[in-house]
Amino acid sequence: MIELEPLVDASRDTKVVGHSAQRIDGWEKVTGAARFADDLEFGPGLLHACIVESPHAHARILSIDTGAAEKVSGVVRVVTGKDFPYRFGLYMQDRHIFAQDRVRFVGEQVAAVIACDPKIAARAASLVQVEYEPLPIVLDPVQAIEPDAALLHPDLGAYPHVPWFFPRAATNIAHWRKIRKGSIVEGFREADLILEDTYRVPRYAHCAIEPHSMTGLFDAAGRLTVWSASQSPFTQRNLFAQALAPLGLSHKDVRVVTPYVGGGFGGKAGVSCEILAAALATAVQGQPVKVMWSRAQEFYNTYQRQGVVAKVKLGVKRDGSITALEHQLYWDAGAYVEYGANVVNAVGLSATGPYRIDNVSIDSVCCYTNLPPGGPYRGFGYSEFFFGLESHITRAAQAVNMDPVAFRRKNVIREGDTLAYGARMNPNGLEEAIRRTAAAIDWGTREHSEDPHKAIGKSLVLFWKAPAMPPNASSSAFLKFNEDASLNILISGMEIGQGLLTAMAQIASEILTVPVSKIRVETPDTDRNPYEWQTVASHVTWGCGNAVKNAATDARDQIFALVERACGIDRDSLYLEDEKVKSRFRPGWELPLRDFVISGIQVPDHTFKGGPIMGRGMFMPEFSSAESDPETGQGGHPNVHYTTGAGGIVLEIDRETGKATVLKAALAVDVGKAINPDLVNGQITGGLLQGLATALYEDMRFDEKGRLLNANFSDYKIPTALDIPGEVIPIIIETAQPDGPFGARGMGEHTMIPAAAMVANAIEDAVGVRLHSMPLTAEKIALA
Amino acid sequence: MKKVPIRFRLNGVDRDLEVAAADTLLEVLRDGLGIKSPKTGCDHGDCGACTVFLDDRTVRSCLVLAAEADGCDVVTLEGISRDPGPLLHELARHNSFQCGFCAPGVVLSAAELLRSKPHPTRQEIQEAIAGNLCRCTGYTPIIEGIEAASCADSCLNEASTRRRP
Repeated sequence: MIELEPLVDASRDTKVVGHSAQRIDGWEKVTGAARFADDLEFGPGLLHACIVESPHAHARILSIDTGAAEKVSGVVRVVTGKDFPYRFGLYMQDRHIFAQDRVRFVGEQVAAVIACDPKIAARAASLVQVEYEPLPIVLDPVQAIEPDAALLHPDLGAYPHVPWFFPRAATNIAHWRKIRKGSIVEGFREADLILEDTYRVPRYAHCAIEPHSMTGLFDAAGRLTVWSASQSPFTQRNLFAQALAPLGLSHKDVRVVTPYVGGGFGGKAGVSCEILAAALATAVQGQPVKVMWSRAQEFYNTYQRQGVVAKVKLGVKRDGSITALEHQLYWDAGAYVEYGANVVNAVGLSATGPYRIDNVSIDSVCCYTNLPPGGPYRGFGYSEFFFGLESHITRAAQAVNMDPVAFRRKNVIREGDTLAYGARMNPNGLEEAIRRTAAAIDWGTREHSEDPHKAIGKSLVLFWKAPAMPPNASSSAFLKFNEDASLNILISGMEIGQGLLTAMAQIASEILTVPVSKIRVETPDTDRNPYEWQTVASHVTWGCGNAVKNAATDARDQIFALVERACGIDRDSLYLEDEKVKSRFRPGWELPLRDFVISGIQVPDHTFKGGPIMGRGMFMPEFSSAESDPETGQGGHPNVHYTTGAGGIVLEIDRETGKATVLKAALAVDVGKAINPDLVNGQITGGLLQGLATALYEDMRFDEKGRLLNANFSDYKIPTALDIPGEVIPIIIETAQPDGPFGARGMGEHTMIPAAAMVANAIEDAVGVRLHSMPLTAEKIALA
Repeated sequence: MKKVPIRFRLNGVDRDLEVAAADTLLEVLRDGLGIKSPKTGCDHGDCGACTVFLDDRTVRSCLVLAAEADGCDVVTLEGISRDPGPLLHELARHNSFQCGFCAPGVVLSAAELLRSKPHPTRQEIQEAIAGNLCRCTGYTPIIEGIEAASCADSCLNEASTRRRP
């Protein structure tokens, strides 16, 4: 077992942590003062790039003629793949900055025109002549792994990748995560009933309202700075430095500055189009160059949420106990999987859902297809597999005549149970989540619509998710006191809307007793701020929170050591209260922080002791390990912990039109400790709507040539203020995470994970229609 | 490209400038005048992030040519937040926004609503901001912030700063 810090913090009364507070970035955002990447000014020397894109889903590039484009007045430079023969990728290096000899999806970048004006760049880009030889394409993940399928990456076997990926050379299988636990043969033999079916999930788009915007400057002295809308400044710096190392750049020469991000949801994680700004800057040394993605490009050339075909086979006994699960998932991972393959991996580890199942076989297969690159999207594959799994769990309950909630209670995983990959389940409040969610939707009571044409159904489903990250993903924090004992905290966790800056201020405030209103936490600059792996995986409240807590504790220790040295008071007697140092030994004595945190403490000989107090903290989950037996997945500790919960819904269906109306939705999530309950509720309300939209109507549509048909907000509808549920009931469960700051664990992604299964099961409950493919549209319900 | 001379009042100050005939109001505000609160979200009038007041009504500045603003009174969030009233305070107090990218557009749509209807129903609030897409919040905290502002005294402050006497 891992050594865990004792639960001192979680049991202690807190004054700031655990209490709702106004966001520290709230006023900036309501006044319009908040600056996003596209808002930054670079002066009249700013150049603009327009990207030449592939019209083919798969083709060989025969020639590129840039002559006409170069002659356009105002064009500074035209570049192609030949200028940047460098591969990059987060977990597997399978991408180039620009296509080299072939293109693999419609919209792939082939060349770029850099000009003094965006309109000139666009006009010149249309003059770049590219000759292609079309190649056979494959768009479906199951077809992609047939022996005669068109091969996307003949060099797959040579791509560098992390040790926990298992690509198969000379196929379209980029990674195959296998989990084998117990014996499914035995498990299915024990079963009284075996239920088998296939579920399909299409691709989805993040639809952050802020498009990607990135500006690069490679100055005359060889310094590369990129300003980008990103969840991952340090990962960007690392990948830019790696990809551009042939130009003589080292990490110290690369700087990434990331202002506020106008919505991330995974779409601004890792490195996708941002590398264009880094590369293009090196082509026009001395001048800044900006790449601004259009809304259409947001849809077709950033990461997309991957589609999946999931085959679920479940064995159950008449008493409702699950005996075996076989879960095969074929992922439509797109043309490049440098990030998306880890979504596939994460699902492979966790596709049992939060159930105790002794006999498990999971195959999560990452299939190259000629569609845009798949990648991280809020939920990281869990929304996708839970649609099938939780549909199936309800059906299994019905098949043995059990109440679906009672069936879940019977099989739910508990602390200490063995996970599919062999490690142990962490403390969790699943049972409380089930109980409170059931109460919120009045489970067990059938409701009837006043309108005879409408039927009302209910459902309750479970979810879990672990942060998917390398075992050595780390966070760090600096904390600086100012003269008035206000604080600046430097971190590189990104504020992407979730409220990280506020949560970090609350954690530091709790320890140092400096009020949140006197704490400034800003978005990072990799030159000035300490390392953070990425703001993904719902892990920064936990990881960065631990780093900030450690930095604040470090500052407090320095303060106590200084007071002991300068004032002769035993440090063990010291404590902080109301921005003052006090001593249990000397009632009435106090020393305000503002008196000494910069200037030190004057001692009787008139000299000063101390100096500026600066805290330093870092965090890495030292118990984690991603390596395990490739054939069984046993042996590692790849997931640091799971956040669990339950979602419930009351759904009204129009029997004639199939239109679904969400009357009520409840979501309980075990956050360990809500650092700021109001912001937790905000995540639940927002994530649920995002999830419900994917369940009910969002859907990326491609034609038979791999062209995206709905790359705009008119044809890809996201919810408006008129599309919200009648009522949303957020439920916060707090079963402390032993190694979390004040017991906290992440919860941002989790809020959308149960949505599709909630809707699918409620539709079935209302009108008896079982849908197997998302989205669960009115059309499908009406036609069934 | 042919330039057109225009004059408009921007956040209470008269501005004379030359714009290209094809320039949108959004481009001129952001790139020419450094007014950064209206955002470029879709450039097709779908998302509402570029919302500004043109005379008395909100418009998508990505769909309005700068030349059309000649002789008009243009107010952006920069003009409103100089003298913030209950609307801004309540939206901040309710943690109404997460990433905040949609906020400038939402604030203007809400200000327009409260000016014409100081005490709107929840449905009227939802309709008023239905043209402003927000991907983060699920809208409820925004609606609650606007509701709270509508209950506050002098809820018309934001709207009334639109024009300077």
